[in-house]
Order: sequence, then structure tokens, then C-alpha cells
Amino acid sequence: MANPHHDDTAPAMRDDAAAPARSETFQNPGLPPHVPRRADGDPKAAKRAEIQVVVLFTLSALASIAFVVAYFVIDPDLKGYLLGIGEINLFHLAIGVTMGVSLLGIGLGAIHWAKTLMPDEEVVEQRHPQVSGDDDREAVAQTLSHGWRSSQLNRRSALLGSAGGALGLFALPIVLPVIAGLGPRPQGLYTTNWAEGTLLRIDPSGAAIRAGDVTQGSVFHVMPDGWVGHEAVEEHGAEEAMIAKAKDQVIVVRLDPSLIKSQKQREWGYEGIVAYSKVCTHVGCPVALYEQQTHHLLCPCHQSTFDMTDDCNVIFGPAKRALPQLPITVDGDGYIVAAGPFREPVGPSFWERERPGLMGVE
Amino acid sequence: MTTHVPQGAGHLRTDETPPERPASQTDQSSPDAKFPGALVWADERVGAAKGLRFALKKVFPDHWSFLLGEIAMYSMIIALITGTFLTLWYVPSMGHVVYDGDYVPLKGVGMSEAYASTLDISFEVKGGLLIRQLHHWSALFFIVGIALHAARVFFTGAFRKPREINWLIGVVLSLLAIIEGFAGYSLPDDLLSGTGIRAMNGFMMSAPVIGTWMTFFVFGGEFPGEAIIPRLYIAHVLLIPAILVGLFVLHLALVVVHKHTQYPGPGRTNDNVVGFPIMPVYAAKAGGFFFVVFGITALVSALVQINGVWVYGPYDPTQVTAGSQPDFYMWFSDGALRLLPGWLEFTLFGTVWSFNIFLGSLVLLPLVWVVLGAYPFLEAWVTGDKREHHILQRPRNAPTRTAIGAAAISMYLVLALACVNDILAIKLGLSINDLTILFRTMFFVLPVLVFVVTKRLCLSLQRHDRERVLHGNETGRIVRTPEGRFFEAHEPLDEFERWALVDYDTPTPLGLTQGPDVDSRGVARRRGPLAGAQAAVSSFFYKDAVTAVTPAELAAAHHHGEHDALESPSIPQLGAPVNDSTGDDDFSEGHGSAVQAPTHHH
Repeated sequence: MANPHHDDTAPAMRDDAAAPARSETFQNPGLPPHVPRRADGDPKAAKRAEIQVVVLFTLSALASIAFVVAYFVIDPDLKGYLLGIGEINLFHLAIGVTMGVSLLGIGLGAIHWAKTLMPDEEVVEQRHPQVSGDDDREAVAQTLSHGWRSSQLNRRSALLGSAGGALGLFALPIVLPVIAGLGPRPQGLYTTNWAEGTLLRIDPSGAAIRAGDVTQGSVFHVMPDGWVGHEAVEEHGAEEAMIAKAKDQVIVVRLDPSLIKSQKQREWGYEGIVAYSKVCTHVGCPVALYEQQTHHLLCPCHQSTFDMTDDCNVIFGPAKRALPQLPITVDGDGYIVAAGPFREPVGPSFWERERPGLMGVE
Repeated sequence: MTTHVPQGAGHLRTDETPPERPASQTDQSSPDAKFPGALVWADERVGAAKGLRFALKKVFPDHWSFLLGEIAMYSMIIALITGTFLTLWYVPSMGHVVYDGDYVPLKGVGMSEAYASTLDISFEVKGGLLIRQLHHWSALFFIVGIALHAARVFFTGAFRKPREINWLIGVVLSLLAIIEGFAGYSLPDDLLSGTGIRAMNGFMMSAPVIGTWMTFFVFGGEFPGEAIIPRLYIAHVLLIPAILVGLFVLHLALVVVHKHTQYPGPGRTNDNVVGFPIMPVYAAKAGGFFFVVFGITALVSALVQINGVWVYGPYDPTQVTAGSQPDFYMWFSDGALRLLPGWLEFTLFGTVWSFNIFLGSLVLLPLVWVVLGAYPFLEAWVTGDKREHHILQRPRNAPTRTAIGAAAISMYLVLALACVNDILAIKLGLSINDLTILFRTMFFVLPVLVFVVTKRLCLSLQRHDRERVLHGNETGRIVRTPEGRFFEAHEPLDEFERWALVDYDTPTPLGLTQGPDVDSRGVARRRGPLAGAQAAVSSFFYKDAVTAVTPAELAAAHHHGEHDALESPSIPQLGAPVNDSTGDDDFSEGHGSAVQAPTHHH
């Protein structure tokens, strides 16, 4: 085991039929002669190596102590400027660097010690094939056979069947409540909080929008009345408010009506003011980037690009469907309100999207 | 090293007479060594001496590439230590609070308790920011370590019999590691991590038939709900780490069972393992390396800020930042989502099939890992190789596999770069649409190019090895013969250097080893239904193999001198019946019947 030179008597694991015959290949020359290191022969070099290791270990100990000192002495909010990095929290820097030096000192010291002073002569360990001997296999076969026959599984098939059935089903009472309890059945995917007459309110200020105030090219992010800011959290709870934000968000833009290519888009808008769902039809990120010159809406997550002048159809990227349009009009005071709910589900595609009946929704 | 050494012996390093030193470094035990008293108690109860006797003698080969797996292992331990620290303060709740902590810009902002507690760890827990950074960096190093280690194992053929099971365990570990990473970076509930969860919700929803049900069950209702963070939390701190650690222990146990592989070299055979025993060298080196990895992670965490969760504020479904990217290990999947064109979504009988979404997520992720897991079995089927392998292959000596691996990496890189297409477009001043179209094209074109180039490179490197074995190393010395000819002198390789270059087999395509279709009695040979395909793929794998130099070839090369380039018929060597690659090797068979020590001309 500890013989440093190759032992050729070990069992050959190569299948010699598949490998070239021995005489046609080179012979393994065995381990090359050991070349001693400087520290093996020169006590000065060995001493030098020892000192280097001791210095590294000492550095580590000092850094650990410095960490403790820094932890208690330096103000955690102390800021400083470091060349090449910029402004940095000096407390964070000090404890991080002392921790790093403390760890590196031990690591580098131990490795240097191993490389200079510990034995560098490789040793040889023999391998043995993974496969078990025939007697092992036979013993296992006998034990298994004994188990099978002595438990009478070979003659009492009703035992086997019923045990299999019981073991196959016992997990159900444990697994079913876990899975079924995870969540409600899918619901709410076809509805939002928009309805006929719902006031459009700017998010997050909560202001209503007078149609006359919307200048050409301006953009608003809006939410339905009652679902904006802290009031929404107080009234509906944080969870409902977040769900509403994820579904109800709408982007309002005023376009030059002559640019609008779709008759439906013009009719569902108001004097060139149009409102669209801001939830990307790809995987649901907010389509937040509006490019005023080209009237393109870009989703920053995966770059689906929608053309505002063409009913928000997709002109590039991974989304398939246009953004759903919210029909709008103005109320008696001149404020923009929804003329009705969204006519299709907002957000990412899903299996039952075109057939609500599959989800039990009328 | 207190042994007496003559003064000045250090100058004798390459001398014939070795300096005086212990006869063998390998046993320096004291003659009166005693079993440590402290261990007697344990030995009487669990037989500790037996286990230690076995364990302390284990031999580990030395090579830098074997450290890659250690980086993964140590980074996992660092992540476990620092993660435990973080759980003492982190609150896994999406309950609503109004922030009133030390970070002034967010005072009065409504947010989840998860986000507020992450801010507290960063600003109010002393040293908390350092631990958070250590945790994030070590998680990244963990996954980088896994990827590099897996590449090492792949390109050296270490996954071959008997190590296929350990490859499978490693494949599962790598998948768990990235799921663990995704769950972890989703927990702070800042704008960036919430955007990641939003995308996850969107692509889960795209699954045919079960998409909405699966999504509602995972999220406990409509997005975002208040269940996802507590659920990701328990997965992140208990379920996945438990499986990770369990499989990791099994991974190491199998390394003990199989013993470590080693690179070809003098003295290394398929029947032995040459290296350093645990006591003391490997223990010092590997133990030291743990501290080096930890120390470097600490320095990086001190100096390079990662995931400053306070920058973008709390998650809000109506907001997003430009340039939102997941951590690097999810880039390829997000990149695929960016590249898949929208026309892949269609409606069939009123049901929605969003191939543009689930191909890049729900299909891609499992597919990558299934292909990875299946590879050793596919290759074994192609090669028909049932031997045990403990000597690694140099990547050039398995050209087709190396080319497949490189092509796969190029596909991965195209997808990963597609995930930063917006950043690239800005930094390089390019159109994002052009870039996306370029990446779509490259996904199909680049792997083919990379495959061909890599394979040619491997074959060239193999021929270069042959050249070195046959003619020695170039010396740069130009010699003029009495007849006025010039040539460059070559130094022959010594037998140790040569062995590392010739110790490899080149399998034969299966179709050529199976004999005639009809045996001598006219009975058709039994063939499985896939035998034809198997032979074809096998031929694809090995048909242009470059075989190792044989002693006969070496003798022939020397017989002919340096620069008599002769025609080169195929090598009459078992295991190399097909060889179209020796045209530039100047040797000829027929002269090399004598296997002799090479005598050089110069």
C-alpha cells in the first residue's frame, strides 16, 4: 500500500481483448525518481519555510484580534472613500478584510507547510474491481430467495397483492391534504376591479384625470378608484391591494388620433386618449417603458414590444398577444372613467384563457 | 525535518547522489507510537480505530482540476454557516409593515416584513451586511464551482463506468443548487427579486392543462398573494438543503468507494491510485484550501457589493427596473424566454399552447438536466465500452466528446448572453432587435461551428502529441550536416514524459468489430432494432480517431531520421483500423518490427 513504486502484480482491470496487446504498446515506466525539494536537503531552506508558515499563522491570529477590535471600536455607520471602489462603509470593510486575512493566513500557511515540509513523495494504493465475487452474489441470491419463500410470498398471492395495494395507498391520507390544501382552485383570472364608470386615478398620487389636462404624448400609470396608495391597503388589506396592483394597472397615453390605425382602438379611447393594461401578455411584468417618438411600449423583462398606434399589437419579442385595451370615456365633470371592464383576461397566457368554462367560469 | 543534513546539500538537487534524508518519506512514525488515549473511549464503543486506519490512509491524486469540486463543497459549507446566521433575523413574511428603520430613503414606505427584515440585517445588525454578502457570494461560488467541476468530470471522461451513479447524483445536486439559489434570491422581496417571482408565476401559468392549478397551488392563490415567500423560505432553509447535504454526503461516499480518478502519467495505472495520503499532506492541503476559499469569499464580500436590496425599494407589481437580470445561473433560462418568438403561441380547440413561454422554462430546465444525466449511458451505448475506467482521458483524446461538450457550452452561452441583451445593446450601442435576432441565429449556428472547430483542434493536438513522441521536442538548435543539409535538432522525450502522451486507447467503431452479418453457416447475426443507429453513431464518434504512437512506429521514425517524409499507409494496429489522419506523420510501417529503445541521431 505504501510502496511508492508501481506494483505490476495487481489484477488487470482492462479487458485485454479490447485493448491492444501488451507487446504493441509502450510499457508503463513506473513512478519517476523523486526529486528532493530544497527544504528536504537544506536545513536553512527548511527553516525559512518554517518561518514563512509561522508568519502566516501569526498574521491570521493578529487579523482575528483586529476583527474583534474593529467590531467594537469602529462606528458601524462610518463612511469613507476608497480608491477604485468609491464610497464605502468602513466598518464593513474593516471587519470583512480582517476576517479574510484571518482565514487566508491559516489556509495559505497550511498549504505552504504541506508543500515545503511535509512528505512530497507520492504513495500508491491498489484498486480493486467494483464488482463483487460470485460467492457474494450467490449468498445474496440465497438470502433473497429465502426471504421470498419463507415469507410465503411465492405461494400466497393474496398477501402480495393486498400488501402492495396497502403500501401503494397509505401515503394518500398524508399527501392529499398537503397538496389539496396548498391553494384555492384558479379563480379571478377573468376579472379585474375595472367596471363601467370606475374613475381612473394616477398611481401613486391618487389624482383623477381631467381629459382636457392630458396633453399630447403624456403618459400616466393609473389604478381604479379605491385601489390607490395606503388607502387601498387600509380598506382592502395588503394582500388584496397587491393582487389588484398586479392585475388592474393601466397605462394611459394621448396620441394624435390620426396616428391611430385601428377603428376599435379609436372608439374605445377618448379623443386620442387610450388606456391599456400594463401587464405584459408574456409572463406578466409591467410594460413600463413608453417611447414617445415611436409610440412603442417595451417590457423591460424580456423586451416584448407593443405598438401603441396599432392597438398595442406585438411588433417584436416573445409575447404573442396585444395588450388588452380598457374602454374609456369621460364623466359629467370631464374626468376619465372606464366605459366598461376589460373584455378579455389581462396578463400572461394560460390554458383556459379562451374557454372560461374549463375553469368553471361562465 | 530535524534529520541531520550535510551542509550545502541543497545544491545537490539534481545531482546523482540524493542528499541524506530518511529512507522513505512515507513512514516516519515513531517506534513507540501509541493509540491516543482520548480515542480509546470511542474505540471501545464504535471501533474508531478500524475506521480511522482505513480513512487516514486514503490516497488522493494531486491536480489543480480536482480543486474545482472542492470549491463547490467549501462554498456550500460557507453558505450553510452564513445562512444560519441570517435566519436569526430574517422574517419570512409578506405581512405589510411601514418601514421605520435606519435607512432614511425608505422611511415611511409600505413593504413586506421580509423586505424590512432584510434591510435591518443590512443596516442595523452589526456585521449583518457582511454575512449577507458572504452568503450571496458563496452561493454564486458554489454554483460556479459545480459548473466547473462538472465540466472537468465531463471533459476527462470521469463519468464513465463505474462512476455513472455519482455523475447522476452530481447532476441532481447541480439542479438543486440552482433551485436553492433561485429560492434564496427571491426571499428579500425587493423589486428585483419580486420581478423574478413574477416571471416564475407567468411561466408556470403557461403549462398546458395544469398551469393555472399549479400556479394557484404554489402561490396559494392569485399573484402575488402572501404565501410564496414563507413557502420559498422553508424550501430554501430546510427542504432543499437537507436533500443537498444528503446527496452531497452520498457523492463523497462514492468517491471513497471508487477511489479518486487520476490523469495518465508514469506509474499511474487503471489498477492503482497515486497521490498523497490524508495524513498529513492531503489534510493540510484540503483543509488549508477550505480556509483559502473562505478567506477569498470574505475579501470579495468586503470589497464588492452584491445585491444591494435597498437600491430599488420594495416589490411593487406595477414597477420594474430596466436591466432586470436574475443571478447568472438562471440567465440561460431567462435568455431562452427572450429569444423564443411570440408566434410559437397558438390556440387549439380553444386551449392556449404557449410554446414561446414553456419551452424556455418548464421544458428547457428539465431537458438540460435529463440530457446531462443521460450522457454517460448514451456514450457507453455508442462505444460499447463495459470496462472500468480510473485513468482520466485528456480532453483531446476524446475529440468527439470534447466537441459535443464545447458545442453544448456554446449553446448555453448564447442563451445566457441573450439574457443580458438589453445591457449589451446599451453598452455596445447596438439595436436590441438586431442583437436578439443575432442570438436566435447563433443558437443554431454556433454549436455546429464550435463542434467542428473543437474536434479539429483536438485532432491537431493529438497529432502534435504523436509528433512529439516520434521526433522529440524542438530545441531551436539548427544543425548542419557534413553534406550541407540543415535540420533542427530534436530532444527525444524521456520514457516518463512519453508515457503520459501514449497512455490512451482509441476505441473502434462498433460496426467494424461485430464481424459479418452472416456467420460461416449462413445464419444471420442477431441484431437489435437500433444496431444500425448504434453503429452509425459509433462511427461518427470514432471514425477519424488519431491513435497513440506504438513502439514500432517510434522505432520506424528513428530509422528514417528526421525529415524523410514518407507516404503513410494506415496503421496495422488493432484498435485503429480506420485512420485517415496520419498523412502528416513522417513514418512508415514495415521497418519497425523491432521494439527498441530509441537511439537519437544527434
